[in-house]
Amino acid sequence: MQRITIDPITRLEGHGKIEIFLNERGEVENAYFQIPELRGFEKFVEGRPAEEVPRIVSRICGVCPAAHHICAGKAVDKVFGVKPTPTAIKLRRLFYSAHYIHSHLAHFYALAAPDFVVGPEADPPVRNVVGLINKVGLETGGQVIKARRLAQEIQAMLGGRATHPAFVLPGGVSKGLTEGERKQIEEWAQFEVEFARFSLKLFEDVVLKNKQYLELIQSDAYRLETNYMGIVDEKNRVDFYDGEIRYVDTQGREIGRYKEEEYLEHVAEHVEPWSYLKFPFLKKLGWKGFVEGPGTSIYQAAPLGRINAADAMKTPLAEEERQKFFEFFGGRPVHNILATHWARLIELLQAAEELLELARDPEITSPDIRNIPEGVAGEGVGIIEAPRGTLTHHYKTDERGIVVKANLIVGTTNNNAPICMAVKKAAQHLIKPGVAIKEGLLNMIEMAFRAFDPCFSCATHALLGELPLVVNIYNHYGELVEQIRRA
Amino acid sequence: MAEKLKIASYWAADCGGCDVAILDTHEKFLDIVQAADIVFMPIAVDIKEKDVEAFPDGYIDVCFFHGAIRNSENEHMAKLLRRKSKVLVAFGSCAMMGGVPGLANFKDREGILSRVYFESPSTDNPDKVLPQTETQVREGVLTLPAFYEEVKTLADVVDVDYFMPGCPPASHQIVNVFQAIVAGNLPPKGSIVGASTKSVCEECSRIKENKTIKRFYRVHEIIPDPERCLLEQGIPCMGPATRGGCGAACPVANQPCRGCYGPLDGVIDHGAKYISALASVIDANNPEEAAKIFDQIADPAGMLYWFGLPASLLRRVRK
Repeated sequence: MQRITIDPITRLEGHGKIEIFLNERGEVENAYFQIPELRGFEKFVEGRPAEEVPRIVSRICGVCPAAHHICAGKAVDKVFGVKPTPTAIKLRRLFYSAHYIHSHLAHFYALAAPDFVVGPEADPPVRNVVGLINKVGLETGGQVIKARRLAQEIQAMLGGRATHPAFVLPGGVSKGLTEGERKQIEEWAQFEVEFARFSLKLFEDVVLKNKQYLELIQSDAYRLETNYMGIVDEKNRVDFYDGEIRYVDTQGREIGRYKEEEYLEHVAEHVEPWSYLKFPFLKKLGWKGFVEGPGTSIYQAAPLGRINAADAMKTPLAEEERQKFFEFFGGRPVHNILATHWARLIELLQAAEELLELARDPEITSPDIRNIPEGVAGEGVGIIEAPRGTLTHHYKTDERGIVVKANLIVGTTNNNAPICMAVKKAAQHLIKPGVAIKEGLLNMIEMAFRAFDPCFSCATHALLGELPLVVNIYNHYGELVEQIRRA
Repeated sequence: MAEKLKIASYWAADCGGCDVAILDTHEKFLDIVQAADIVFMPIAVDIKEKDVEAFPDGYIDVCFFHGAIRNSENEHMAKLLRRKSKVLVAFGSCAMMGGVPGLANFKDREGILSRVYFESPSTDNPDKVLPQTETQVREGVLTLPAFYEEVKTLADVVDVDYFMPGCPPASHQIVNVFQAIVAGNLPPKGSIVGASTKSVCEECSRIKENKTIKRFYRVHEIIPDPERCLLEQGIPCMGPATRGGCGAACPVANQPCRGCYGPLDGVIDHGAKYISALASVIDANNPEEAAKIFDQIADPAGMLYWFGLPASLLRRVRK
């Protein structure tokens, strides 16, 4: 069996590693996407006071710390049996909208867009964010940096710092907004709405109007038929912060929905010996392996999962864009994984619109930002939509509110099986007997998992460009016959 | 014109927040790229481990290494980058002190694996499968790095030249350190860079009245006066024993410092130092009363070593 190792040196840091096996005919027999890292937060939060947990678990991920911070906060509200005040919920939502803007911008412009703006087969040294800025011009590049900076500054305004904020407490938040700060955020939010619209226009002009990219998006190499999951509000609209978790089948039909505390009836995690990351699946359908198509128990979360699982977006401009999206693909659900980038920009617009709406809410500057808990209920589940997928935090405590058990299913984990399958599929379509394996082709295999914005063990997220790659091709005797490197 | 600096940045066991902090230099990030060639930075440029191995020893001028040492591959990369770098900086709390992942040293390896892969209520693992360093699959052998018994600091496995604290380091500090490097203005080996020599309290604008306290509160139990010192209101805040440089970011948000910048100069054990700071604010008439007040702190070991258990005298749980 011939073997191709796609090994980002960064796998040592928590990045993935791809092993592709070719049969005698030179066709892809199988492919494995391995995650080489574990840190064990589920275990070491045992013994920690529940009220401190939101600040500890934000360290699961430095790219989406706010997701973990707020999700744990929702769980510990319940641990202490306390409801946050209406203003506290609005402040959490405002904070989280700003977080979404930062995260989606970082992914789209720094990680994904170079493949489309600079080109999937462009030279590796220019196929990164610097190359992107050179291509779109310093003025636009400066706007990208500004849009992301303002989103980070809003989080720092409330949480003291953008990365690993100190903001959420059981029953509310630690800091409110002054009228001056509110005005500032309102002004910045207007800029973010305009910038999100600009980003969608850019996607339309650069990607959708380019025949080559269109073919790529619609190619079978990047098509994966799975179920989809996302939080919806009472009108089945995409909601990032709260609601019911809804999942739909490969035809887009609702096949289940659950409240936070019911998650164990709906989701389970499979273990393989060759990866430290588990593989969630829909429990009622049972683990059936890495298979797609009707009946599969594999689901996708993240932007494509959410837009497929919901009936609408929550804000008017984003909803217009959602309708365009499904019209373009001819209906729901969309199984083209590269469409995730488009869905991500639609969510960026929703986050910006929500930010503006909340900044204009008269209640947002109320000083009533915390309820003090009166006791300890002892257990709580919090679920939110992290930018990379449905995020679940579950804590059990003793009567003092000290954690005795914790369970976490983090955003990217949901997408572990789909990513493995997407990588294999891309490899099967792109690697053909007798066709030389070039660097650009490796990048196109990477594009399969890049769509998911993967953040393995929350330490795998490439912010600024490509995963560096070296491909070793061995013959049947295990001898290295060819090496292809990027750069 | 002098040759451009060759810099590298690498992450091991951490969350990626250190890289986000570098990105959060925002417009100044473009200046950094102007002043230095990034010869290795997995998130930014396409240079691979094989290329780093091919560098002459000492080829990299400065390497920012973030993340703790949690598995065999983290250690392998630390050794490789040490050999290839003139100056190695332990960047951020995890590399410097073990960081939050270092809290795992209160548990053992077996307990962590068992919880994650066997006991967690969502896990469906009837055959008790555990990730393996080598797995025979139909097509060949797949490998994974070895998960260590304990979390180590960077200095536990290689010689470190400078230490830059923070979880993550404040972005303005990153700019300062970078400018010092460009100017060739680095302090003696072993120094802490990108931080203050004074405590977080010195940077905190809350009013301190040298008040003593009769009881401690957990953060969810009290809405503190936003103007006054948190510790003097009974909320344990690590500010007095913790190095400044962050601008007292957490107290600004009405939350106590948890010590991410580590201890001040000359302190061997951050937690032990903080106990003495706590003792000085307790208003007790006898040891029994003092002990009773101390008991109100919910998780003293966890609080004292949030960011630095692997670098403390305790280091890890003993079996």
